[in-house]
Amino acid sequence: MRPSGNPPSTPIGDGPIDDWPSRDLIGSDRSGLPPAGEKGDVDAVLAVLQEVPDPEVPVVSVVELGIVRDIDWVDGRLAVNVTPTYSGCPATEVIEQHIHEALVAAGYSDPLIQRRLSPAWTTDWLTDAGREKLRAYGIAPPVGSASKRSLTGQSDPVVPCPLCGSNATERVSEFGSTACKALYRCRDCLEPFDYFKCL
Amino acid sequence: MQNVAKQNTTQKNMAHQNIAQKTQTPLIDYLLRLGDSALVLGQRHAQLCGKAPALEEEMALMNVGLDLFGQARNWLGYAAELMAAELMTGKIDADHLAFRRDAQDFRNLLIVEQPNGDFADIMGRQFLFDAWHVHLLDGLAQSSDPRIAEVAAKSLKEATYHLRRSSEWVIRLGDGTEESHTRMQRALDNLWQFTGELVQFDEIDQAMLEAGIAPAPETLVTRWKATVEEVLEEATLERPSYDAWMYTGGKVGHHTEHLGFLLAEMQYLPRTYPDATVW
Repeated sequence: MRPSGNPPSTPIGDGPIDDWPSRDLIGSDRSGLPPAGEKGDVDAVLAVLQEVPDPEVPVVSVVELGIVRDIDWVDGRLAVNVTPTYSGCPATEVIEQHIHEALVAAGYSDPLIQRRLSPAWTTDWLTDAGREKLRAYGIAPPVGSASKRSLTGQSDPVVPCPLCGSNATERVSEFGSTACKALYRCRDCLEPFDYFKCL
Repeated sequence: MQNVAKQNTTQKNMAHQNIAQKTQTPLIDYLLRLGDSALVLGQRHAQLCGKAPALEEEMALMNVGLDLFGQARNWLGYAAELMAAELMTGKIDADHLAFRRDAQDFRNLLIVEQPNGDFADIMGRQFLFDAWHVHLLDGLAQSSDPRIAEVAAKSLKEATYHLRRSSEWVIRLGDGTEESHTRMQRALDNLWQFTGELVQFDEIDQAMLEAGIAPAPETLVTRWKATVEEVLEEATLERPSYDAWMYTGGKVGHHTEHLGFLLAEMQYLPRTYPDATVW
């Protein structure tokens, strides 16, 4: 749910110049924004980010994906820390831009979106709601906890088919349609499916 | 000028000042070695786009390449920041280093610039690199330089998964049909002459070791050999001698003729339209 704040009514054109189109939408009349130098409501920010989908797996939000690592205020300016899923994830910039746009549209003026590498993202940060949404979308969520053993294949888990629920599945390829997924096949319903692999 | 440059280091670089004062140029060189190897191997993968033997392998090769590009951007981005601070210019970034340097300025390992060849060549090259890469990144994740440690920790997860895939392919091809075994052995024999560099250490490696930035060479060599031997044995492949004659020079900018052609293709667009903001 988006918070009940008013969308920006009058675009301000004299803000900092930037490539992002959302810079033109800076509004300052949202109720509940902290005065300069004070901290605001983290839950309200989370509610905004909960509406920002992952561009490659649009059924889960950036919050459910576990890539929003920290929300804070620096001298009254909202600062959101985001971590990439993979070093080369091509969606990193787009995600940061979408987060920025959503926050500006919700009335946060000039939010700071920071990229943080450490600690490295792990699929353990996927929320339960996010996992369920993945399954409903046809992507098998990560099985078990991320560990060196799961990465090196020493403990290949049984991945239930997200379509029919069968455990009779097999890995076709270590990589699926994106770096974060592997390609599997169900031996019962014979459908191929993506598995969101443990990392 | 150098003293002025040091006084002008930004706050961001302050954290690295101790290291930078001691090993300013070696650290940049070391980062270029890491970044260039990832970049050039990533580009070899990019060249396979649309040409892989099967759709699944196509996606896998592109995804491994993408991981490597991401790692290259992290390493080269750091190198660019240190260079910009030293030269007092803000005009150097990761793209600048990737697209506007010539072959002799690249510090990548020779093995990663070797041509794609057949699938055995591709997976053999990847395996020999991965087996080294994971152990190096594992050591770098403990680096005294926090920036290096965090990039390495992130990359290590990806490299571990790459090694899992390349090991499986080397085993499948080596212990497969007569044809696949012959080709895998041939690829290994051909690539082996470029592995000397993986376990050869010079004054830059020494400076990194002394600064606590990079792991000890002995550990890396021992672990690389153990991984290689384990996989080759399971693959029923014969391991060439460690004492065989080796090509070296990539780490100091002396490359095989293949790198120039790779860069010509990779750099063509940004060099033709420098500073373009929309492609």
